[in-house]
Amino acid sequence: MKIIIAGDGKVGSTLAKQLSAEGYDLTLIDAKAKVLELSEERYDVMAVQGNCATMETLDNAKVKESDLLIAVTNADEINLLCCLLAHGMNPKIHTIARVRNPEYTKQVYEMRGLFGISMMINPEGSAALEIERLIKYPGFLKRDTFAKGRVEIVELRIESGSKLCNLALNDLEGVIKCSVLICAVLRDGKAIAPNGFFTLKENDRIFVTASPQNLTILLKNLGIITHKAKQVMICGGGRASYYLAKALIGSGIAVKIIENDKERCVQIATLLPEADIIYGDASNEFVLESEGIAKCDALVTLTGVDEMNTMISLYGNSCGVPQIITKIGRMENSTLLNSLPIGSIISPKSLCSNAIVRYVRALRNQTGAARAIHYIADGQAEAIEFLVDEGTMHCGEPLKQLHIKKNVLVASITSGFRQTIIPNGDSVFEKGNIVLIVTSAKQVIYSLNDIFE
Amino acid sequence: MNYKMMGKFISKILLVEAVFMLPALLISVFHNETKSVAGFVWSILITLLLAGILMVLCSHSSKSFYAREGLVCVGMSWIVMSLLGSLPFFISGEIPDFMDALFETVSGFTTTGATILGEVEAMSRGCLYWRSFTHWLGGMGVLVFVLAIASGGDSKSGFTMHLLRAESPGPKVGKLVPKMKTTAEILYAIYILLTVLDIFFLLLGKMPLFDAVCTAFGTAGTGGFGIKNDSIAGYSPYLQNVCTIFMLLFGVNFSCYYMLLIRQFRSVWKDEELRFYLGAVLASILVIACNIRGLYATLEETVRHAAFQVASIVTTTGFATTDFDLWPSLSKMILLALMLVGASAGSTGGGFKFARLLLIFKSIRRNIRQVLQPQKIQVVRVNGQPVDEKILENTNAYLAIYVIIIVVSCILVAVDGFSMMTNLSAVIACFNNIGPGFEAVGATCSFAGFGYFSKLVLIIDMLAGRLEIFPILILFSGAAWRHR
Repeated sequence: MKIIIAGDGKVGSTLAKQLSAEGYDLTLIDAKAKVLELSEERYDVMAVQGNCATMETLDNAKVKESDLLIAVTNADEINLLCCLLAHGMNPKIHTIARVRNPEYTKQVYEMRGLFGISMMINPEGSAALEIERLIKYPGFLKRDTFAKGRVEIVELRIESGSKLCNLALNDLEGVIKCSVLICAVLRDGKAIAPNGFFTLKENDRIFVTASPQNLTILLKNLGIITHKAKQVMICGGGRASYYLAKALIGSGIAVKIIENDKERCVQIATLLPEADIIYGDASNEFVLESEGIAKCDALVTLTGVDEMNTMISLYGNSCGVPQIITKIGRMENSTLLNSLPIGSIISPKSLCSNAIVRYVRALRNQTGAARAIHYIADGQAEAIEFLVDEGTMHCGEPLKQLHIKKNVLVASITSGFRQTIIPNGDSVFEKGNIVLIVTSAKQVIYSLNDIFE
Repeated sequence: MNYKMMGKFISKILLVEAVFMLPALLISVFHNETKSVAGFVWSILITLLLAGILMVLCSHSSKSFYAREGLVCVGMSWIVMSLLGSLPFFISGEIPDFMDALFETVSGFTTTGATILGEVEAMSRGCLYWRSFTHWLGGMGVLVFVLAIASGGDSKSGFTMHLLRAESPGPKVGKLVPKMKTTAEILYAIYILLTVLDIFFLLLGKMPLFDAVCTAFGTAGTGGFGIKNDSIAGYSPYLQNVCTIFMLLFGVNFSCYYMLLIRQFRSVWKDEELRFYLGAVLASILVIACNIRGLYATLEETVRHAAFQVASIVTTTGFATTDFDLWPSLSKMILLALMLVGASAGSTGGGFKFARLLLIFKSIRRNIRQVLQPQKIQVVRVNGQPVDEKILENTNAYLAIYVIIIVVSCILVAVDGFSMMTNLSAVIACFNNIGPGFEAVGATCSFAGFGYFSKLVLIIDMLAGRLEIFPILILFSGAAWRHR
């Protein structure tokens, strides 16, 4: 499949890395020769220099023979114009545009039709959505939903003194008294696929598959208190803060936003009459304390500077804030960041590129394709959701009789009338079931049949 | 420095080389040449053994592989490949001296065509085939071949760009299509197609199959090893003309052929380098034909010899139909100038390349205009596209280092006491991968007279010329080998 990526910024190069590794024919467009040169040296891609919203450049990038155009430059208008032109030059092309301005979000559906855009993506919007889900369901570092909300994969850190410390997985069910599956463990930055004799240790980060009901039991039995957040403090008044505040206010949570730009403060105060907007420097401990950091239920750091977000979150941790969420733009230092007590880490850019990769995979293989893909364990593993259909092999055969590839785990099977089950050797899947697979990110699974040897 | 990854890559190249020795072995077996059979069998075994050892030693390599490793890898692969490629000549006893065997092989792989053999026809068929085949393999580049067949992981990361850049010559090397593997495949497909066409036309002129294949290999790689003592002179005028045309075709940038394939005729027609190259060739033929009139019996013969020699020199092939050392000095001077320029960028030919000369001319023109109108901002354009200042800088630096290497090599080679013209033309002929020079290294003579030291200098020159200097030069730089 031939893909054009317009805009070789952070998202563009992340996509180039991911998609070139999966073997697509990639062409990158950017106005700057310097960044293109770097990408060309790192990944197997072709580079075209120029303005991606001109027909000449698009023609150079062979838009007429391409299947997909992803416009991720930093200007919304250029992205839209680029998709519009590409669609005009090649009506068959699929287009994805990154549009971030909140003023445009109201008219997304109209614009999709007018510009012929297949998918519009808003990184700050999806980050806000992700944060909102974490705040509404505290206790987890990360939470991914599958099978229309009937299965979840959550990330937990094993604190010292937890019941899970020094516990072998075979004894797990006795302790937490419900059926869950630990599908991956992240220890010292390396993802491990655990077996029954694996013993959990302090500071491991575990990835648990379970149905929502069982998750509640899990939290209760582990002694993790879940109380509903009532007061949330947001540092930084950017686009993501706006989306998040709007959503939280909608569900009745009090929001306080600290922003150090007067004009911006006035802007969001106009847009969000219910929120408290504080004009002040969020990196100043005095400001944070006087605004009651010790009393709030959740702290979300969304300023534009990663270092500042990290500092504020560390301070919030020392003040004993129960839930902390930190936005990080550059994921290059994720190994170091994960060792710090800064709560959940959210990266709008990687959320955005993951969503696009998901779309590309679905496009490649229309039938039997993955319905949802989430990266877990720092991107070292993938959780993929499939629908079992006519084309799927080995329907109705017990799992223990199948030859399934190494490092592939069938994490859950959901059927229409039965509940979600965590499979054992005798489990079977049938047509219409939704199957969740966890696999090492190194091997690419396009359809459910790829898991068999 | 990721030595293990390099070792793994080199082991792959050795495997490819061992496989390519098999046809030569079969030819030796077919002609009952016992000594060559032994030579090839041992060479294949040694190559395979070395590849196996490297593969086992370097099995657990980390993936970190960057520009530095890429460049060092290119230089190392060519040296290792040449060392093992010379084994058949040495073991079979066809070339008893190892330095001579190495010179002959490097001359083959770098598509130089300079020989130390006086009596080519005395050589066994198997060795003759291998000698010509090294041209074919070296012409497009063995690393490009490995890229074309390498499966999976390696070709997907960006460092392979450095491998392509190092092997396919020119100031700015780009991919034809987004994927490196596909680019390499397209290049080889065009190369194989043109070679087969060449063989076909040679066979039409009643050339024996073995001669046709070997001559086509020499032409395709723009190498110039003949299998006769008098190179191409003994063949019919038709065959000589076929060679002239195909030499010129292989001296054209291969991306022009790709443009033809995807029907972008206009961009080929408008290509400035192609026009420059063809213009220079036609002008040289015309001037030389006028200059040497009277030396040959008919006008047809005069033009044929002029065209053949011009094509042979400008594409850095080095075949000969006549001893051009006997021509008047104007013609010789033109040939010497063509030797320095070489063929087009992105072709199989060597030399400074027309594309670079074009850039140099254009930047000189800009400098002159700059003096007259200092305020005017001027951008150098080729084919209507602005050229990056960095490329201009690199081209100027390349010119400087190109001249320095020629001067230093001339001084080093001079220890053997040959005449000025001999030394200069020998260095130019090796550095630009041409083959024959003038006087003592002329078309009818060989490089056998040089001493060990001079041969070593010329070997390094040939490799540096083929890989466009830097991959060989950085092997001498301490920074390349230091641990990160």
